[in-house]
Amino acid sequence: MYSIEAKNIGKSYGAVKALDNVSLQVRKGEIYGLIGPDGAGKTTLFRILTTLMLPDSGNAEVEGFDIIRDYKAIRKISGYMPGHFSLYEDLSVEENLDFFATIFGTSVAANYETIREIYSQLEPFRKRKTGKLSGGMKQKLALCCALVHKPSVLFLDEPTTGVDAISRKEFWNILERIKAGGVTVLVSTPYMDEASLCDRISLIQQGQIIDSGTVDSIVEKYPYLLLSVSGDHIYPVLKILRQVKGVVSCFAFGTEHHVAIDRALITAEDIRHILTENAYADCVVKEIRPGIEDCFMQLAAKK
Amino acid sequence: MENGNIIEVKGLTKKFGTFTAVDNISFDVKKGEIFGFLGANGAGKTTAMKILCGLSKPTSCEGYVAGFDINSEQEKIKHHIGYMSQKFSLYSDLKVWENIRLFGGIYGLKRKDIAQRTEVIIKTLGMQDWKDSLVGTIPQGWKQKLAFSIAMIHEPQIVFLDEPTGGVDPETRRKFWEMIYDASEKGITIFVTTHYMDEAEYCDRVSIMVDGRIEAIDSPKALKEKYRVNNMDSVFRILAGGALRQ
Repeated sequence: MYSIEAKNIGKSYGAVKALDNVSLQVRKGEIYGLIGPDGAGKTTLFRILTTLMLPDSGNAEVEGFDIIRDYKAIRKISGYMPGHFSLYEDLSVEENLDFFATIFGTSVAANYETIREIYSQLEPFRKRKTGKLSGGMKQKLALCCALVHKPSVLFLDEPTTGVDAISRKEFWNILERIKAGGVTVLVSTPYMDEASLCDRISLIQQGQIIDSGTVDSIVEKYPYLLLSVSGDHIYPVLKILRQVKGVVSCFAFGTEHHVAIDRALITAEDIRHILTENAYADCVVKEIRPGIEDCFMQLAAKK
Repeated sequence: MENGNIIEVKGLTKKFGTFTAVDNISFDVKKGEIFGFLGANGAGKTTAMKILCGLSKPTSCEGYVAGFDINSEQEKIKHHIGYMSQKFSLYSDLKVWENIRLFGGIYGLKRKDIAQRTEVIIKTLGMQDWKDSLVGTIPQGWKQKLAFSIAMIHEPQIVFLDEPTGGVDPETRRKFWEMIYDASEKGITIFVTTHYMDEAEYCDRVSIMVDGRIEAIDSPKALKEKYRVNNMDSVFRILAGGALRQ
């Protein structure tokens, strides 16, 4: 049995198809990433799975409960951290936590062990008004409030958006420990580099899931030969290589360019030759393994 | 600006009560460069950026932005810079041309200049078919290109971009940086913040703020050599990893 199973979910807002035939299966106790840009449909899917919104078509189960028939049971066993900060800013840290514990018919004391590790960092500020906390602190408190009733499934909608690289890393360490406690985690993010921290992922774009699986299984399917081109002042190289027949795409990746080529039409040696002809003989051309961003770009372009 | 600097700041400090958000920072931005303004959450970036854009008064500071004094000519600064952020850029319930007209008006352009520039923007971006569409209904990549062009409608010498690519798909994000390069080649200075460390590599120089101070400022290449690492993500972790503020 899956912890979360969605089948052919569809949802439209007027003429906009927010979700188009979306299916996914999340195993018990895994961290599952829903990865895609703003507007891809991530939040709509979260709202449907947390029983806050009805789908137009399709069905879904959370821990074996139907999202429509058994919505009350799902609400009891789910923790949900929405993308928008939605705690009460004029309540103190401990008042918010008490409030959410009470709503779920429990108390902070009864489930203290579940939140102890995260909450211990907030305890020095427990009397502070929530609106006066820093971004990182608010994020941790929201996570505590989502965990305070010991849910078996945790829904985290873009918990790391707008968060700096170091705090993001720290947040993912916390998720690893929540997972170790046996909780299933469905987490959405627009940051492609977070894919590698999930057990399995779905890539989502414009309401459609464009691929699912482990990062490795998605990378394996990449259909082109990928080259990195590096050197000094190589911005103009982008425009040169895009004109070349057999070059499928060419984009900047930090200090390098990633060039996807069609093996049937062109080789790495041809690319080296073209660069030399255009006075970029110093560039280093290497064959590389694609990352999840390369895969996302290839799959999104195919659509 | 005879020395080629478009921003010159000495001893910029901003206090809120007893809290020092920005602690005596000094730096220059050269005309025409792409300058990355990096730092952890809470390091003081937003506060410093608001002052540079003329939206907030420093507690103490000497310096100028686009030729105008940071203390006494804030209104002039606002007129001579461009600004765009991912969080707020265009009105989605106005049409494409209405957004252009609105921002043109806000920057005090004459009616006939707005009409002329609207035509240029629509033509340059190839948005003829979208002209009468509500901005909320056009694809994100187009929205971004439009927002960037509108931020430059009054032909500023410098544009401030506050996390312009947050939440954007990987291809759109890269195409946006190509627009930044093209603007930079025309001599426009770009002042940009980002949480994507691969984007830090695209800047001519970056500064990294930690706890209200600038801990490092140099080209990405020099910073990587100095800290003996091979990417900006590692440089950032080394410098911002020691931050006390959360």
